[in-house]
Parts: sequence; structure tokens; C-alpha cells
Amino acid sequence: MSHRTGLEVSHAAAEAVKLAHVDVVAAYPITPNTHVPERIAEMVANGELDAEFIPVESEHSAMSACVGSSATGARTFTATSGQGLELMHEVLTVASSMRLPIVLSLANRALSSPLSVWGDHSDVMAIRDCGWIQVFAENGQQTFDLLLWAFRVGEDPRVSFPVIVNFDGFHVTHVIEPVFIADQEEVDRYLPPFKPNAVLDPRRPVTMGAYGPPFIYSETKKAQDFALHKSKEVMLQGFAEFEKIFGRKYNFVETYKAEGAKVLLMVIGSFAETAMDLVDKLREKGEAVGLVRIRLWRPFPQEELRQAVRGAETLIVLDRAMCFGTLAPVVSEIKAALYPEEKRPKIVSFVGGLGGRDIRLEEFEYMVRRGSELAQKGQEEIYETIGIR
Amino acid sequence: MADGPLTWKNFIGGFVVDKPGNAAEYQTGGWRSQKPVWDNTKCIKCGVCYIYCPEPCIRQTAEGYFESDLFYCKGCGICARECWTNAIKMVQEEEV
Repeated sequence: MSHRTGLEVSHAAAEAVKLAHVDVVAAYPITPNTHVPERIAEMVANGELDAEFIPVESEHSAMSACVGSSATGARTFTATSGQGLELMHEVLTVASSMRLPIVLSLANRALSSPLSVWGDHSDVMAIRDCGWIQVFAENGQQTFDLLLWAFRVGEDPRVSFPVIVNFDGFHVTHVIEPVFIADQEEVDRYLPPFKPNAVLDPRRPVTMGAYGPPFIYSETKKAQDFALHKSKEVMLQGFAEFEKIFGRKYNFVETYKAEGAKVLLMVIGSFAETAMDLVDKLREKGEAVGLVRIRLWRPFPQEELRQAVRGAETLIVLDRAMCFGTLAPVVSEIKAALYPEEKRPKIVSFVGGLGGRDIRLEEFEYMVRRGSELAQKGQEEIYETIGIR
Repeated sequence: MADGPLTWKNFIGGFVVDKPGNAAEYQTGGWRSQKPVWDNTKCIKCGVCYIYCPEPCIRQTAEGYFESDLFYCKGCGICARECWTNAIKMVQEEEV
């Protein structure tokens, strides 16, 4: 049986990686991710974890080492944040296109400049189309759980894609929370050994990441995108099996008190927890307000999202990142997903929580009030910024 | 590389090439706009063209002269440039 214990979420993430019997970890420390590889390095040094820890000289090298490691069939993990992810960017597309199921825990952090070590989603949104499976955890338990799920789903030979588990910098990473830590026996039942479709082995040579001239490149990309969409079937199996063994249920799009809601808030990441408190408060007053949380960000669950908002009159979307020069990233996906619907809610876009700024209960309440008002009269600005001076 | 015809549905995930040595099937001769033509009356059979060819697609015939394999020859012209006796001319494809 798993045991419940209080620990820093970054350390809970390290526990998940350890229980997954990871073979290779190549990572470079960066706030607010640092405690994840730091704890793993400690586990390796103490002999608690039989793995190679490669203390690389940069995040570009970290991801490059992960690509090589995963290609040999080793279960591979890395962790980063903000600028670190941007430095990895070039190699991220290599990992996904070579179908190497590396798992990356991303402690979400704002991008420079001005320099900010604090949380928002501009790091992951800048790499959202790199071909990685991307999920969002809202708290410590989900971070632990989704890391185990990430290894299982990513390494499944029908999927074979790398996975990013997002958890908010500081708001989640540095918080001490009660977390159910699974037993080794349970994890071993959930997570079979990694058996890749192809490995680098001198006894049976193959070429990976080959040159792809114009006569073949389009075909490789079509095959890749098709496989990413199709991986949703295996992801659902991964969630179902997780529930069977650990008793906790996950889905691509999750709702909270959304039944019969006229007004729906939509949040991605840890701020959903504050939004839940607001929904509780408003529901007690008899207001038909609910919450939709996006768990799976890539591949984007369009159909599941349409179902989740069906029947609502107003949909208030909060983004923790900007896409300079156009709509914020989440709301732009939502608008695209809902466009084919004959009857769709009015959509209002808010941006907030940038560079570690909190969004408190009263600001969520403001979003509901102001969002309902803007839904009536139409939102002229493409988004409204929460708490801006 | 692919199981059956080379369509997007038939790849091994990640475009893994599982047959060693299949670069030989790649026709780099399609890049060429000029091709080398040897004047064997000037050729002294020194083999400089053979040594310098970066492809390498120049071979020696039974008589000891040299010729390029046009399936691979990209028409770079290095052989013509290096030839000590100017025995090699680069000629537009359509002129021959």
C-alpha cells in the first residue's frame, strides 16, 4: 500500500522518478526546477537509486544527452524551467521526431526579460508545437501521479513520444504537501520495463534521425502527427489502469461542479485550485458557475473540450502567458476548437498570473463578474489583464 | 525503413532506417546540371580525378582510363579542375 507523507513537491517528483527505475538522468539546475535533479543526484550518490546522473554543462547538452540515452533503450528523465527549456528547444523537436520517450518535468517559469525566476506558462507555450505530449499537474499528488503515467504512456510502443509534465514554479514546486507515495510493487505493476521499437545497438545497426530529403520529409511528418493524435487511446488506457491500481482518476479535460453551469471558468495549471474555492463559494450562493481544467495540452483534446463546455452560455478563459501580437495561447485553442459548434458559449479572455503574480479568490470572482458582463456586451480588447496597474 | 511501399503509413516510428548501406540506393546524380566527359587522348591514367572525387563515383575501366558513375555524380567539377592534362570537360547535360 502507498503511504501518505508530507514533502516538498519537487522531492515527490524525484520519488516518482526513482520508483520508475529510471536509468539515466541528464539535467542542469535552474530555478524553480533545481530541487528535482538535486534530490535525484542525492539518491544516486547515496546508492538509493541505481542510475546514471549526468551533470551536463547546459540544457542544450541535457536534452542532447537524453536523446542519445533514450536511443539506446534507457529509461531517461530530465527536468528544467523557463530559459532552460528555451535553450533545449532545438533538441526538443529532435527527441519527438525520433520518437524517443524521454520524460521531462517542467517547473513552469516566466521568460526573460525582465529576469524572472517566478512562475507562469510562457516557457511551455513557446514550445507547445514541438511534438511532445504535454500534461498539466495542479498539485503535488498530480505531479507524482502524472510522472508515472508519463513513463508508461510515452514508452508504450504504440506511442513512443516524449512527455512533459508541467507543474507551476514555486506555487507547486516549493510547497510542502501531503502526497500518497506509491509502493515499489504497485509502481512495478503499473509501469512495465521499457522495450523500445528500435535501439542503437552495434550488433544490429540502425540509423536514427537520418537525413530526410524532400521526397520523404512530408511523409515522416504526416506519420508523426498521426501517431501523436492516435496516442490518445493509449493515454486513456494509462489513466484507466492508474485508477485501478492507485484509485485516482484523471482525464484529458476535467470539470469541477460544471453540471448545469451557465458560466464556466477555464484554467490550466495550479490556479485551478483557487478557482475551485470560488466555484464552491458561488455554488453555495446558488449561482450556476463551474470550472473546466485542461489536463492534456498536447495533443489538444478538441472533442473532449467541446463536450465539457456544451450547454454553458459564458466561457471565461484564463491564460498565464501571452502570445505577443495575437490571442493568448489557451483561448486561441479554445476558440478554434469551438468554431465548428453550432451553439457555443460566448468566450471571454483574461491573462494573469504572469511572472509569479498570484491570482487571489477575489480576482477570480472579479473574472466571473466582469466576464459575464463582457459576454453580454462583447469583449473589445482581445484579452483583459488581471490586476494590471 | 518502411514495411512495404514508402508511404507515411508504413514507417517504423521515428523514421528509423533499419537496413544498413541503403545510401547506395540514393540517386544523387539527380542534382547534376553538368557532367564530366573524358578525352582519353589526353588522359595519362594518373588517377587524380579518382582520388579527388568527393562522391566518390569515379572508377577505372579495364583499359586503365577513368569514368564517372552518373547515378551518383553530382557534377561538382572537381575532377575537371584537378586534372593535370585538362582531359576532363564539364558539359551541360543536354549538349551530349
